[in-house]
Amino acid sequence: MKKTGAQILCESLIKEGVEVIFGILGGAVLPLYDTLPQYPQLRHILVRHEQGAAHAADGYARATHKAGVCIATSGPGATNLVTGIANAFMDSSPMVAITGQVARPFIGKDAFQEADITGITLPITKHNYSVSDATELAGTVKEAFYIAQTGRPGPVLIDIPRDVQQEEVEFVYPDKVNLPGYKFISRGHSVQVKRAAKLINQAQRPLIIAGRGIIISQAHDELKELAEKAQIPVVNTLLGLGSFPQNHVLSLGMMGMHGMAYANMAVQSADLIIAIGMRFDDRATANTGGFAPNAHIVHIDIDPAEIGKNVRVDMPIVGDVKNVLKAMNKEIDSRDHLDWLSQLEQWRYEHPSLDIRQNDELLPQYVIQQIYEATRGNAIVVTGVGQNQMWAAQHFVYTKPNSFISSGGLGTMGFELPAAIGAKVGCPGEMVWCIAGDGGFQMTIQELATITQENIAVKIAIINNGYLGMVRQWQELFYEHRYVDTKLWNPDFVKIAEAYDIPGIRVKRREEVIPAIQKAMDYSGAFLIDFVVEPEENVYPMVPLGGSLSETLELPKAEIVSSHRNISQKE
Amino acid sequence: MSDTKHTLVALVEDKPGVLNRVASLFRRRAFNIQSLAVGHSEQPGLSRMTVVVSGDSAVVEQVRKQLDKLINVIRVSDITEEDIVARELALIKVNATASTRSEIMQIVDIFRANIVDVSSDSVTVEVTGDEDKVESLLELLRSFGIKEVTKTGRVALTRGDTQ
Ligand SMILES: Cc1ncc(C[n+]2csc(CCOP(=O)(O)OP(=O)(O)O)c2C)c(N)n1
Ligand SMILES: [Mg+2]
Repeated sequence: MKKTGAQILCESLIKEGVEVIFGILGGAVLPLYDTLPQYPQLRHILVRHEQGAAHAADGYARATHKAGVCIATSGPGATNLVTGIANAFMDSSPMVAITGQVARPFIGKDAFQEADITGITLPITKHNYSVSDATELAGTVKEAFYIAQTGRPGPVLIDIPRDVQQEEVEFVYPDKVNLPGYKFISRGHSVQVKRAAKLINQAQRPLIIAGRGIIISQAHDELKELAEKAQIPVVNTLLGLGSFPQNHVLSLGMMGMHGMAYANMAVQSADLIIAIGMRFDDRATANTGGFAPNAHIVHIDIDPAEIGKNVRVDMPIVGDVKNVLKAMNKEIDSRDHLDWLSQLEQWRYEHPSLDIRQNDELLPQYVIQQIYEATRGNAIVVTGVGQNQMWAAQHFVYTKPNSFISSGGLGTMGFELPAAIGAKVGCPGEMVWCIAGDGGFQMTIQELATITQENIAVKIAIINNGYLGMVRQWQELFYEHRYVDTKLWNPDFVKIAEAYDIPGIRVKRREEVIPAIQKAMDYSGAFLIDFVVEPEENVYPMVPLGGSLSETLELPKAEIVSSHRNISQKE
Repeated sequence: MSDTKHTLVALVEDKPGVLNRVASLFRRRAFNIQSLAVGHSEQPGLSRMTVVVSGDSAVVEQVRKQLDKLINVIRVSDITEEDIVARELALIKVNATASTRSEIMQIVDIFRANIVDVSSDSVTVEVTGDEDKVESLLELLRSFGIKEVTKTGRVALTRGDTQ
């Protein structure tokens, strides 16, 4: 039977298991939207800015492991998606972005709302398509989802001219893709696996660096087996948080620019690094010249182009992390590494990186700790970028995969609110906490309307320090306190929430924190808390730009008076 | 680390935008292209691309892997170390008067090049060979005054049987 391009698109999405679409209408997608009511299985969530649609699709994808879908019209709608697509690309998040395009006869004529979105997104998509004929549509959708969700996941964009959406052709959904140029290696080379296992069995001071690849590949059980069997301590990259339970005795927490001092010391002292599903980002490694100077490096990743890109690697294994670890665990000897582990325990004791200053004012770290305590860690935390992100990464204890969602590679302020919306829509049974910066929150604040219109019960905690805090911290430490334009005049966020029909409260004092969090959790819908925190609090530990992990700066000792939480509550 | 010239050969799908994808990748990762030549291959729907890049081996290996990740690239190999046939073609328009024309023709003969166009004050020479040969001919013709040059860039295949 003949169907229109728009119908074919909707039916193809349904075949791919799509349930939710985030988007905004416009002339070039009107035929598609006009068709949407025929398919009630597809829930459309109307956002207020296309960037919000892309981040929501990204948040949805990270929380569910399914490709997130967003739609925008041609021209400005499509270009508004760009930041969100780039963000998904950097963090390997599966996404299918659908854009309308001007009708075929107008293409190349600078028609109203024409933008070369395939050209624009070329370097920030895993692949993109412009559909020139409705007969290509079904196959293109099939390929797009396949590419987005397999191998190293990433965003794929499909640009569909308006008249293609209206064209009527026969609909047959292909059951196979034909992509001769697309390949990924799922199983690690068995010889390499054996060699790596041998290195691991011989190591005296081995250390696992667990990245987001473990979460993507759903290999947390295999990782745990490896760590426990050979008694290898584990550090996480920022996006690897949740891949290994942080309350595990072998967990050393996050490494990197704002990682734990003892985690960074472990990296610098290890004689073998087993880097799994991570890509040696400069925020994780700091200066690569001084990175892990004593270690051989085993690198397991599905993307061959990541091998040797940033640091030298002694033993690469290209493959899907889960498969590789399964094979490798069979070759691993049981070990105890007592000396190494007790050395690390001592460093952890001597460098209490999670202790916070004694202060009469409200400290942001305390806020995060209390959200952790109140939720007992049973929440998905979605962060902004900057200090709030680092405190959320440091002071919440992540024990489950997909519980920490953050813009790592691109560092996109404004990711927090729409991504939290996406996560909540994908996991309605989970409590979702959006940890927002007062700066970043205002970059996508309009999505409060989406929350109310669609009844999305996210809990919003604004870490309101009155500054573009992370930049202010750099100005303080590296630009002699010259706070050029980092101070923010802020609106009354509680009144703003109220205007969007979302209840909220302001918290200025320590003793108000726990009741406020409780109130937010007890309320059935969305809730906003404006935490007015100490304005000039800094994030520590910190590796100054250009320094190696050995140069990790810690909070000046004199300022530490109390430890809020004993981080070694073990499993 | 030493920068050397590498020859990469890629089999790519003959689809709109493929050249753009390849070029965009080089630009974005700041890889330097010395030449890029592309045309249909023996297989319908597929083109063969020859790219000459300079850089140390690690950089070129990164180029190769990034190219290989493009969905429209079927296969790409660095054939620098292999036994290859490599050629480029140049068209050289050189000043020629009645008195210099025969001297130019002699040089052209030595290089087994051809004169493909003649006018009252110039001749156009076509030469095929490796870059050294083309460069030497250009050098010799320079004294007559070169008006225009265009080159195809290197095209290359490995010698002998293909697997
Ligand atoms: C879209 C965007 N613009 C600029 C930056 C640069 N930047 C990084 S952190 C930061 C400050 C963020 O301020 P806020 O959201 O209040 O978070 P805080 O650091 O204060 O917690 C800025 C401006 C960025 N990461 N993203
Ligand atoms: Mg701030």
